[in-house]
Amino acid sequence: MEVTDQELKIDLQKQGVLMTSLNELYNWGRKNSVWPLQFGLACCAIEMIAASMARYDLARFGAEVFRPSPRQADLMIVAGTVTKKMAPQVVRLYNQMAEPKYVIAMGACAISGGPFKQGYNVLKGIDRYLPVDVHIPGCPPRPEALLHAFMTLQNKIASQPLTGPARPRHLRAGAPSEFSVPQCGPHGLVPPSNPAVWRPPTAAQAG
Amino acid sequence: MSAILETPVRAFESVSGAGAGEMLELAIGPHHPSTHGVFRMDVVLDGERVRRLKPVFGYLHRNHEKIAEGQSYLSSMPYTDRLDYFCSLTNNWAYALTVEKLAGLQVPERAEYIRVITAELTRVQNHLCLIGFLLQDMGASGTPLMYAFREREKILDLFESLTGARMMCNYMRFGGCRVDLPTGWMEEAQQVVQGLTRFLDEFEALLTGNEILMARTMHIGVLSSAAAVNAGVTGPMLRASGVNYDVRKVDRYGVYDRFDFRIPLGDHGDTYDRYLIRVLEMRESLKILRVALRDLPEGPVMDPKARLRGFRPKAGEAYGRIEAPKGELGFHLISDGSPNPFRYRVRPPSLMNLTVLEEMCMGRMLADVVVILGSVDIVLGEVDR
Amino acid sequence: METLEEICFRIKTALPAARVEIIPNASPCGQRSLLLGREQGLAVATFLRDDPQLRLDYCSNVTGVDRLEPSLPQGFVQSPSSAGLKKEAGEGLGESGTGCLEAVYHLFSMAHKNGPVVLRLRTENRLAAVRLPSLTPVWRSCEFQEREIFDLFGIVFDGHPDLRRLLMWEGFQGFPMRRDYLVADDFECEPTPHGDVPKRMSPRQGCAEVIQKTATADPRV
Repeated sequence: MEVTDQELKIDLQKQGVLMTSLNELYNWGRKNSVWPLQFGLACCAIEMIAASMARYDLARFGAEVFRPSPRQADLMIVAGTVTKKMAPQVVRLYNQMAEPKYVIAMGACAISGGPFKQGYNVLKGIDRYLPVDVHIPGCPPRPEALLHAFMTLQNKIASQPLTGPARPRHLRAGAPSEFSVPQCGPHGLVPPSNPAVWRPPTAAQAG
Repeated sequence: MSAILETPVRAFESVSGAGAGEMLELAIGPHHPSTHGVFRMDVVLDGERVRRLKPVFGYLHRNHEKIAEGQSYLSSMPYTDRLDYFCSLTNNWAYALTVEKLAGLQVPERAEYIRVITAELTRVQNHLCLIGFLLQDMGASGTPLMYAFREREKILDLFESLTGARMMCNYMRFGGCRVDLPTGWMEEAQQVVQGLTRFLDEFEALLTGNEILMARTMHIGVLSSAAAVNAGVTGPMLRASGVNYDVRKVDRYGVYDRFDFRIPLGDHGDTYDRYLIRVLEMRESLKILRVALRDLPEGPVMDPKARLRGFRPKAGEAYGRIEAPKGELGFHLISDGSPNPFRYRVRPPSLMNLTVLEEMCMGRMLADVVVILGSVDIVLGEVDR
Repeated sequence: METLEEICFRIKTALPAARVEIIPNASPCGQRSLLLGREQGLAVATFLRDDPQLRLDYCSNVTGVDRLEPSLPQGFVQSPSSAGLKKEAGEGLGESGTGCLEAVYHLFSMAHKNGPVVLRLRTENRLAAVRLPSLTPVWRSCEFQEREIFDLFGIVFDGHPDLRRLLMWEGFQGFPMRRDYLVADDFECEPTPHGDVPKRMSPRQGCAEVIQKTATADPRV
């Protein structure tokens, strides 16, 4: 039934008649105007800026402006190494963003600490404290990779249903949208990770 | 010089005393659209005027020096890319130069010319981006930056075809360069250099005589030459204050003594001079590039006697430095005869240039602080390592 | 530029109380250094900066070094009279059986366009006597670099106008660049396709116990 519907829709579209459902329309509006937060930490930030410049042009995907204020942004692209000194600020900024909000972890450092993983001041991945929607591997990932990640996020948004258990976080009353901010303790962050968001992989899982 | 030393710089205490109720303590950063990376300034404002300013960094402290102690010399080469992430090739060169000093390695002539070519291309794209970011901070929201990045993409294409990566090039090796130039690279580079010369004329026509730029940068953030020398400021910021010190001319490392290029010097030491010095330096770099591309000799790009596997320099130490686009980038390596360095230290130009930030901003308005910081040209990867 | 021996001689002539020693350097670049006694460090630095022939007005780099144990192949101290290099303990300036911390200054002259002249200052040991004179009153470029060495190595610079941590946060304890620093254990296991990695894994000590055993007290107190 879905396939016939799609063919019928395309035929009608060619004749200038648009058929859609509320779900599709809702998601179409949301995915085509995702405004990122102007938030670059390190080297990946430069590739992010290059992706928003004339050659790669992130704006044609809807990321028209990078908002400096978290209150006005939908997407936080964590571009660069998150250090333990910076981690509380990152989480605070995420908490200040209004729902619906998304996180892209750009680059190896944001995913897992990257080449600096052994560092005493390096947080081994921002997903220890925040839920990440899309991970982009690379050091740094090319601007095309960021565009692909953006499209992946858009597909993810497009596939979210409005009702049912799989509906997004901002439509579920009890789902948390703020996460606890870690403190800088005497030897590292306290707590070292947020158990609600991330659990360390165990040896049993690896076997 | 003595005036600076007689006023002690105090740690940032909470404001008290007469008029304390009218002062505003403000933390600018670490997340702020105008800070060049995760950099924080704690300022005390009297209305709009800055009374105290303390830079706070460490938000990008990635423990590069500690990691380098645990791995071999060559393994640290990709990490040097990530210091000043705009200028990875000059970082590579500084590190390779220091290791070559430490171990007494020779570099073939062709490799030296290629190093000069890549370093000057890096200098041009760094200064372009800096001017773009400076104008962006001033409110020319995006247009000069777009132009600058458009030209930068052409240079990055050259880097990609030569080294395999746009930004993190990892190209220099101890004793030369990793690979030779691919076919057609020279002609492409010559075309890019020609295009850049025309572009710089267009860029300058829009910016150098621009009233708004001049009003916002002239006599703002003045740095005297004595203060600059004593504070260890290097690079275009030092030369804008009138001090004729360029490591390319002083140390004559590589084959720079074969090129005829001038060192532009500033008269006032203000932000406008720092902007103009960078434009003039770009022109001098293009001059060097034209000559180097013409005179590039044939030969190997790697010292045939250099041995990368099992590299163990003799115990000792070396300090090597180059004129990176931001200033004097130095590496201090102490070897104990093992494959890993005993002590690996980076002398970051951006950190030293920040020493004088407070006195440049003193008494100026908050909007000027942003412009002054933009003209200092910092990259947090280098400041924090 | 003058040779290091000439500079050494002129320092001793101008400041007879100063202890100056030339430390050799076996690497081909031959950058030898001057090891200064702690008490006269500031006076020697002022002399080097103000002397019209030397005019070393630019301090480019300050490096902190942790010479952990003289018995390990790391620290070198040579008295000028003996030939060849040997690993020594308890000889020369500022060495004790437990190793020392060191600050190395690279000086250049912007006026005469020459350099480098390398200075070394060593603390007495790595435990409580970790004080060195700050050279920030002479060269302001040392300000941030000495703060960083205090932050990462724990050397206390007397006379520094603003000695606080630079890169790590204020409440951080410990000196990470020291060679015996143990990082808090938040690494967790990395599962791999091969089964033997998790088999080889053993439960680690709780990090709080490990840190307590190795933490050094704040030398400022």
